[in-house]
Amino acid sequence: MPERRSRVRAQPILFCKNGLMDSSAQVDPRRHSRDTWIVIPLYNEESVIGRVVAELREHFDHIVCIDDGSTDGSIAAAEAAGARVLRHPVNLGQGAALQTGFEYVRTQPDARYIVTFDADGQHRIEDAMLMLDLAERDDVAIVFGSRFLDDRTNPGWVKRVVLKTAVWVTNRTTGLELTDAHNGLRVIRTDAASRITLEQDRMAHATEIVLKLGRTGLPWREFPVELLYTDYSKSKGQSVLNSVNILVDLLVK
Amino acid sequence: MWIQILLVVAVIVIGLFLARPAGGDSHLAIRRLFMFAFVLVAIVSILFPQWLSYIANLIGVGRGADLLLYALVLAFLISVATTYRRNVQLNRRITHLAREITLARAQAEDALRRAAAVDTATRGDRPPVVDAPRRDDAADQVG
Repeated sequence: MPERRSRVRAQPILFCKNGLMDSSAQVDPRRHSRDTWIVIPLYNEESVIGRVVAELREHFDHIVCIDDGSTDGSIAAAEAAGARVLRHPVNLGQGAALQTGFEYVRTQPDARYIVTFDADGQHRIEDAMLMLDLAERDDVAIVFGSRFLDDRTNPGWVKRVVLKTAVWVTNRTTGLELTDAHNGLRVIRTDAASRITLEQDRMAHATEIVLKLGRTGLPWREFPVELLYTDYSKSKGQSVLNSVNILVDLLVK
Repeated sequence: MWIQILLVVAVIVIGLFLARPAGGDSHLAIRRLFMFAFVLVAIVSILFPQWLSYIANLIGVGRGADLLLYALVLAFLISVATTYRRNVQLNRRITHLAREITLARAQAEDALRRAAAVDTATRGDRPPVVDAPRRDDAADQVG
């Protein structure tokens, strides 16, 4: 079983390095626009969310931002850029926002895929497109983005150690064999999304989502993605101390 | 030392209690039993202070006051544990409530948008509808 997975895992890398990505300019950039809903948890990202949504709009029709009680102009910025914004009346956490997004997309009859995307602009749309290609081509229900499948991303050693520990914990608890944890870029087919309910409101949802998606028994893949560590995303990023919170949230229910 | 064994066991039991999946009614019952025992022990200790010291000596604690302190620490730990759990459950309820509000509002907004879209569409259709004599009735209904 692990052998099969690692072979599968290697495929997407070839897929990129063979230059297929360069030729994707000729492929329709809006090939996934109709049946894909982008779900973005949004909390106080006024300065970047507009650009992120505007870029996504070039490829997708449906962008849903779940505003988690922002106190800045995030809602207006996202709406101006063309996103559908759902508003939590109070701040609940990123996991809660994702679950709200899933439940909203469930009511959309045309939706086939959900892409979870971070609001701070650290994901690449090209990666999301290729992940959707993979989900369609191989008929898999879940594609996890991983920053550790190739060497494009350099998170720095502290973050690497923390993340690798998180990966280890996640793999122990979920029984899956992932190379990355807490990567916000995922493709989830709607049938998989409707089979899970995230109960971890805060950051521990990233482990919970792997656990629950794994339990559905639906086919999944990992795909190499690059995370753009801008100064902005770094300043917003998870502090190392927060991993303590995540661990406690997972253990005490 | 008996007291050390007792305290360690008590702390472990509280820890397990914390990690156990929540069961509403049994938790409430345990809390109430604990409260009842607390009241009993308090009354007995007030009426017969030497009783505490006797128990303390029995399990290897010097004074009754020390035993009281240990009991207080344990009670505090239990209190923290149950409060934490109750908080988690309360938060979960708030999340469900907030999500329902969010989705209901979204649904209402979507319905409005759809109505507005239909409205614009029918308005755009109107000139040809009016032009076609056979569909006059339909145009009247829309108007």
